[in-house]
Formats: sequence, structure tokens, C-alpha cells
Amino acid sequence: MGGDAAGPVPTDQHDFALWEKRVDALMILGSARGHFTVDGLRRALEDMGEQAFEDMTYYERWVAAVNQNLIEAGVYTLEELGAKMATVTARGDTYGAAQDV
Amino acid sequence: MPHDHHDHDGLSPSGHPYRVDNDAPLSYWQTMEIAIRELMIEKGEITAAQVASQIDAMDARSPANGAQVVARAWTDPDFKAALLKDATKATREMGFDIGPMNLVAVENTKDVHNVIVCTLCSCYPRNLLGLPPDWYKTREYRSRTVKEPRKVLAEFGVVLPDSVTCRVHDSTADMRYIVLPARPDGTDGMSAEALAKLVTRDAMIGTGLPKSREP
Repeated sequence: MGGDAAGPVPTDQHDFALWEKRVDALMILGSARGHFTVDGLRRALEDMGEQAFEDMTYYERWVAAVNQNLIEAGVYTLEELGAKMATVTARGDTYGAAQDV
Repeated sequence: MPHDHHDHDGLSPSGHPYRVDNDAPLSYWQTMEIAIRELMIEKGEITAAQVASQIDAMDARSPANGAQVVARAWTDPDFKAALLKDATKATREMGFDIGPMNLVAVENTKDVHNVIVCTLCSCYPRNLLGLPPDWYKTREYRSRTVKEPRKVLAEFGVVLPDSVTCRVHDSTADMRYIVLPARPDGTDGMSAEALAKLVTRDAMIGTGLPKSREP
């Protein structure tokens, strides 16, 4: 990406959504627990391929990278993740409604 | 009927406005974030309070931290020398939580202008400046800053004369840069506290210059 041609630098700014800040926090906490390093995250990001950098937002890529590293570290299994995601989805159809409260 | 708010647009059934980030349809990646967080809490890896306190710490960091460092370097020659020699150590001794990363301060002078970028992703001196602005993470900024920095800087309103050398610093996960901007003219005798107010976020990235002294 460095050195590729590209258009003017966009200056739009958005406030980080709560879910994005939580992804950032999970990255810091998971790293502090010793489950991965920034290099492990970087490797997961590289493995996604160029298209992911077109289609996914910044924190979407990060949550995918954190997840991949946590599964590889054995913190939880793919099956546990799938079951939990189904539970979350069943709670509601917005981010707020899908919280366990 | 005090809670009969059905005719109020934009309010939840309880009569409160919806939070902007909570009322869009739940996305796959948001679902994954919730699931990861809950699984880690259930397994005793982390607590909900730790997640909340990380977010508080994140929100508390702002470019005002970096501005204090710059203003001190402008007013304290010994500190400036220490900062340029080992920015990690110098800023940690000022009381900032720098984390495990190495921080390098690069000085702008009459002859040299520095600008920072992370071509890989988004490495940024976040402990001193807070989270990076969106443009810092765009492919446009990351791609072009290493190739045509003067054009990129011009888009930000910083037009460098040909006589000024432009140095681009590509950050990595372990090595972060912060620009020490040149102290503006006409600021002799100002306190570090007053000087810090002139130091903008972009001045410490290199895409801006410090503000002039207010008349």
C-alpha cells in the first residue's frame, strides 16, 4: 500500500463507536494476557488479503484479527464462538439490544 | 400517561433518544465483538470493569499530553536534549504511560520538516496523542505520504519551500514517532503552559504547524 497511487487524503472524521472502542480494549487486554503480540495481529491482517482492506472498516479488521489470535491461543474454540454469536444475535437486532443485560 | 411517547420521533420506547452507535442494525463484526468480550469474561480472562477502564483511559488521552511534552522541550534545553536522545525515557519520566513501545522524537528546524505515517496500518504515538484521526488510517494518506509527501502536506496547508528537507518517518508496531515542531517566532517569554496551547495534534504529526501567538 505504501507508495501506491491514491487520491486526495479524505478528511472526514467520525467519533469512535462504543463497539470500536471495545475492540481496541480487547486488543490491549488480550495482548496483556499474553495471548498474542502486535506481530500476531499483523500476521492475521496480512492473511486477510488486499480485498479486506477495501471491504472492511478498520475495527472490523481488528476484531477479526483479535478473534483469530484468541482462537489460535486456545482461549475459546470456534464452536464456542459460533454458539455465543448465535446467542447474541437472538437477543436483538441492534448493538444495544444484543447486549447481555 | 407520562410514558405514552409513541408520537415522539427518534425516541426509544422508554422515551429516551437512541444512541447513534446503538440503533443501527447489528452487524456481523459487532456480534463478534460482543461474543469475544463475553467469552473472555466467562473464562475469567478479563472483567467487564477492565474493558470499561481501558476505554476511560483511551478517552482521557489527547493531544494535550503531547503538547505538554513539546512545550517543555521549547522551554527546558536539558529536557529537549533528553527527549531527542531517548523520547521513551524522557516522556516516561514526565509521568506519561508510554507502554512498551519505543518513542522517537524528531525535530523540525528551519531546514528540516518531519512528518509521520504508518504505511502498514495505523501505528501512532497514541499514549501521547490519543487515538489517531481517521485520515491517518486512510489508504490515501498511507500510500502517498511516502511517495509525494510535499503534495500531501500541501493538502493540509503546509507548503514547504524547496530549500526545506522533508523527512518521512514510517512507524512500526514497536517504533513510534512524534514530531517536535519548531517553536513559533514571537513567543519569547511565554510560559510552558501558554506555549502548550499553541501545539496542535497535526503539528506533532507533521501535517500542521503550531499556532501563532494570539495577538
